[in-house]
Amino acid sequence: MGKKGKSSAPDPAPTEAVDADAPPAAEPVPPVVVLYCGVCTYPPEYCEFGASLTRCKEWLKEEHSDLFDKYYSEEALQTKVGTLSLEAQVKLEKDMAKKEVKAEAKAEAALKKKMASQIIIKRIERTKRKHITSVFGLEAFDIDLKKAAKQFASKFATGASVSKNPQGLDEIVVSGDVSDEILEMIENEVGILKGIPADNVELVEEKKKKGAAE
Amino acid sequence: MFKKFAPSTDIAGHTPIKTSVQRSIRANVLSQWKIEPETLEAIWPKKEGLVHVKCREHVSIYTVHGEPLIFQHFDGPFYPTLRLLHKYPFILPMVKVDRGAIRFLLAGAHMMCPGLTSAGGYLPPADAALPAGTPVAIHAEGKEHAVGVGITKLSTEEIRAVNKGVGVETVTYLGDDLWALQTL
Repeated sequence: MGKKGKSSAPDPAPTEAVDADAPPAAEPVPPVVVLYCGVCTYPPEYCEFGASLTRCKEWLKEEHSDLFDKYYSEEALQTKVGTLSLEAQVKLEKDMAKKEVKAEAKAEAALKKKMASQIIIKRIERTKRKHITSVFGLEAFDIDLKKAAKQFASKFATGASVSKNPQGLDEIVVSGDVSDEILEMIENEVGILKGIPADNVELVEEKKKKGAAE
Repeated sequence: MFKKFAPSTDIAGHTPIKTSVQRSIRANVLSQWKIEPETLEAIWPKKEGLVHVKCREHVSIYTVHGEPLIFQHFDGPFYPTLRLLHKYPFILPMVKVDRGAIRFLLAGAHMMCPGLTSAGGYLPPADAALPAGTPVAIHAEGKEHAVGVGITKLSTEEIRAVNKGVGVETVTYLGDDLWALQTL
């Protein structure tokens, strides 16, 4: 009886202490999930400082129209002006608009270059019987050359590597005469070879003697 | 620091780190940032190895499963990547700059004192003053998320007093090359 009385008294104290410690310590704080703009990868509130505000706004309106209202509604725009004076705000907007136009022009120029650039598939004679195939120009289409080389090597069970041609640019060299197969692969957009219009590809034959096929 | 950073050319090597070194990094991070051990456990479980990516100019990035989490310059203080900071905004003390400075910050400029002391800026009050050389989260006036991570060049009291020159050096900012790297 006495024991019971004694043991019950200290009991609540340690359990209380343990309880007080346990909840705050046991829970990790969950991360804040941030939405990033699909166009410029910034959080949407910073899109105005990126180079693609109009596209960002369109994207946001389509995907998350509630956030669009939050950031671009009339009152939001008013409060955003904040502590900047009127001229400073106007200047800021002009600068941003100029930057955006420049970025658009750059993106367009890059796209045009992409369309105009060619992929050249060369069939080069190594010795009388042996050939190597060289693929030049895949870089313009944002293809990872190393991965493409690996893909060719596994497909054709032969060696493929990325090397620099005499002009100093990168090309993929595949051993064996596989130029037709590569053309097919490009047309069918196999694996990593995506986004290449078939007319940009050219097949060339060369008889130059390369020192040693790399 | 990450104004121009191309993974193809600027990375010297990836190595997994020894557990003893990992433990020391974990202890340092817990002491330098305002983070609870459980939260750090959720970001970087004890079981997971940390991979050390060496970059040029003695910059080291530590990644877990390819995702960069922490980086440091030489043996200096540890900084979280901006993406990590967005997920857990409380781990670093906050300073705020006013709106006019945002576009310069997004181009990689350092934060000058007037941007921090003007009407739109915010510095911690005197009782929570930060000494020079503290990593801080840089927020922007009117914005919810951090725009960069920096290190104070002067203590917050000095920034208020002197109000000239660089106040916070920008280490990484939104849209720099480290931001563009989702995996390493």
